[in-house]
Amino acid sequence: MQPCRLAAYDIACRRGDRVLVRGVSFELAGGEALHLAGPNGIGKSSLIRILAGLLRPAWGHVEHEGGMALCDERMALDLHRPLGEALAFWERIDNAGGARADFGLEDLLDVPVGYLSTGQKKRAALARLAASGARIWLLDEPLNGLDAHWGAAAQAAIEAHRAMGGIAVIASHQPLGLRAMRTISLLEHLP
Amino acid sequence: MKLGRALLTIFARDLAILLRGALGRGGALLPLLFFLAVAMMFPFAVGPDARLLARTGAGVIWVAALLAAILPLDRLVEPDMEAGFFDQWALRGLAEEAVLAVRILAHWLSFGVPLMLAAPISAGLLSLDRVQLLLIEQGLLLGTPGLAAIGVTIAALTAGLRAGSALGGMLAIPLAVPLLIFGAGSLQPGGEGGLVLLAASSLAALAIAPFAGAAAIRAGRE
Repeated sequence: MQPCRLAAYDIACRRGDRVLVRGVSFELAGGEALHLAGPNGIGKSSLIRILAGLLRPAWGHVEHEGGMALCDERMALDLHRPLGEALAFWERIDNAGGARADFGLEDLLDVPVGYLSTGQKKRAALARLAASGARIWLLDEPLNGLDAHWGAAAQAAIEAHRAMGGIAVIASHQPLGLRAMRTISLLEHLP
Repeated sequence: MKLGRALLTIFARDLAILLRGALGRGGALLPLLFFLAVAMMFPFAVGPDARLLARTGAGVIWVAALLAAILPLDRLVEPDMEAGFFDQWALRGLAEEAVLAVRILAHWLSFGVPLMLAAPISAGLLSLDRVQLLLIEQGLLLGTPGLAAIGVTIAALTAGLRAGSALGGMLAIPLAVPLLIFGAGSLQPGGEGGLVLLAASSLAALAIAPFAGAAAIRAGRE
């Protein structure tokens, strides 16, 4: 496994005319996890999108080594297609060759994605993330919609990813039970 | 080679969605029926005078083709942007330009080629002769790729806007006017040079479209 790294230097995030957070800095090496914590609307999702390179930071910059994968509220799975086909689309693109992580989706593979429940869709998006083979996982509210059992399974999958030397950044307003996890409370980074 | 495989996978999905339609958004059939419906209505409107129809029919076919190209605008880019596909492709290092170039090809196959297949029926309804039909087919072959490129660009520009589809139509029409002028003009006596200009306009649209559309998608994320 090649090494991976994700570093943010003095990131400020602006939406419209409003600065949401500023001065966010961290460096993560393989096996580390970071929890971006804070209440709704503080800028967690925007920060995740800045880390993913989808938004430009108002200030500061991001460095990364290794592929990134994003799991946010947009699943990027075709609602009209059966789940198995929708996941296979990304597997063909990623070509990572990894086995699908166990998110209890076996019985749902021929159900169109649009018919899945919120929690099942979340599990499908997590399965897509896990199968991507990317070293850096960016997760935006990964526990939303999951019950206690699958919430624990999602965290176990993140731990397994870290054990293989991967990085995980998790934006969540919920407490997480990951071992030796770093936490940045965005309330301390208000402008 | 990974890039090639990825783009091929995306192309297969684009084509399947654009041909068959998804989630109540019509596929390739709707623009095709619209195209034929215009050719069917026109003789009712102007009367069955075969000489008049033959003189104006070719222009009608071109207007119908342009309007048919506008119909699928709202499902070319917007649904995939909404569902996060473009974000996921960007994360994988797939340039928006490449994804849009693939989409232009898929869009052309799903609307340009069916129009060319339907053109003989339209020509029959408008009592056009074989020579005119041949010119129309040549013109459609050269012009519809440009219409597809303009369509995808406008779809990328208006994705995420409220009333984006209505606005898209209004934006696409002026951009498509050169194609219409040269396409319909090539059918006038002594207008064969129109085909060359039509091809040139089409190529210009094809060359610009992926870059303009990609810039629009990236700007739309802010």
